[in-house]
Amino acid sequence: MARIIVITSGKGGVGKTTTAAAMAMGLAQRGHRTVVIDFDVGLRNLDLIMGCERRVVYDFVNVINGEANLNQALIRDKRCDNLYVLPASQTRDKDALTKEGVGKVLEDLGQGHDYVVCDSPAGIEHGATMAMYYADDAVVVTNPEVSSVRDSDRMLGILSSKSRRAESNAEPIREFLLLTRYSGERVERGEMLSVDDVQEILSLNLLGVIPESQAVLNASNAGVPVILDHDSEAGQAYGDMVARYLGDDVPMRFINSAKKGFFSRIFGG
Amino acid sequence: MAASSITSETATAFELKADAFTLPVIRLLALDMDSIATQLEAKVAQAPAFFLHTPVVVDLSAMSDADANVGFPQLVGLLRGLGMIPVGVRGGSLAQQEAAKAMELAILGDTFKPKRRESGPRLAAEHASAPVPDPIGVAPMPEPPAAPVGIETGPTLITRPVRSGQRIYAAGGDLTVIAAVNPGAELMADGNIHVYGALRGRVIAGLKGNTTARIFCHDLQAELVSVAGHYRVSESIPAELKGQRVQIYLDHEVLRIDPL
Repeated sequence: MARIIVITSGKGGVGKTTTAAAMAMGLAQRGHRTVVIDFDVGLRNLDLIMGCERRVVYDFVNVINGEANLNQALIRDKRCDNLYVLPASQTRDKDALTKEGVGKVLEDLGQGHDYVVCDSPAGIEHGATMAMYYADDAVVVTNPEVSSVRDSDRMLGILSSKSRRAESNAEPIREFLLLTRYSGERVERGEMLSVDDVQEILSLNLLGVIPESQAVLNASNAGVPVILDHDSEAGQAYGDMVARYLGDDVPMRFINSAKKGFFSRIFGG
Repeated sequence: MAASSITSETATAFELKADAFTLPVIRLLALDMDSIATQLEAKVAQAPAFFLHTPVVVDLSAMSDADANVGFPQLVGLLRGLGMIPVGVRGGSLAQQEAAKAMELAILGDTFKPKRRESGPRLAAEHASAPVPDPIGVAPMPEPPAAPVGIETGPTLITRPVRSGQRIYAAGGDLTVIAAVNPGAELMADGNIHVYGALRGRVIAGLKGNTTARIFCHDLQAELVSVAGHYRVSESIPAELKGQRVQIYLDHEVLRIDPL
């Protein structure tokens, strides 16, 4: 049975889809059969970030409604054989997602895959609750900024009460914190919340810190998950994050500002 | 209404049921019989048919003087003389109600509830004379949740952080939390509340009116604190108490926050 991971946050625009794409690609590249699902019915972005927007025929809602089967809807990634994308519908609305429908699709996917990454929409309404209901693991994407921290905290409360595991008193969802758009310089100047400040409220397992990076915009423009941009700090940070998720003990990079030495400032580089 | 007969030889003579009737209520604002008579006569003259043979209720809740003699014999005589049928009395002191009963008037239920007994006319008068500089609010007691949705009831010991939007209600007793209470979380208890982690949310003790309830915490950063309906928001809590170990309690209806 596949492990179901939900990428959630509460707040919008913090980096859920970027993270879902990067994490799914990272897992697939390490040999695991992975599928990434877009739960944002009506406002789909995952297909753009994955670069498969021109190959969408059927979507998640078509499968739930029985209008297509999974094989017809799943889009295989051109760069990695192990990775599939299940896009969201752009024309329907969130009510098309039902608990039973979603459960059936996840069960079917579970047969043939190792990991199912669910890209949640923003908010705490139906779309978000459907995305997290069946989750085994939750990656709570948070910006080091007060409103994002509060919204993530709210989402954690909902995860601990409205998920299938919570309702059936099973072992609770494993919760991870992913801090995104982090800037070590701004933290040192006292402008931005530090990892410790965020953890004071959220107190979660820190899965990774992704630094603010221009590579993220470039990657989404190109339809390439940023983890494939090995030169960028964000790409490398996502690589570290996937390794940590799989159990490797990887030290945190990118938390402190890269202090350029005296000579490197004179001679550049 | 035909009496339904049960399977017995003799037919049932009556049914006992409850029903609601809307009656005109005459709320007395003064006890000067002459003024009442004149003003009532004028009102009745405007719509005599409305008042003729109409059962009416006399409301004494506006009478602040509990010892005042309402003069029921004259009042009843006045009302009957104008064609009304006085059936009962609402409000008023015990003595006044006894006088009403002596005139064969029923004592009717007090459905009009003032906010709090203490915040009645007496308290309003005190506040009018000495404006209270320190903004202590006397809020109507929040209703204890009946069928709670999204509210955890029962558990009186919380060991995991209370997240934003979560509500914990310890019905009938104390609540103890040995983890952080995040902004946007709500703690409620009928008894005391003890918080050993950082208290950043709302905390409401003595929910059902227990004025002896107290709040104890190790790190006060709460958004709102309340004991039996008397509350203060974060802005009204002195800065030197923020982050401190404090106890919060009611002292003669004044909310106090003292360092521990």
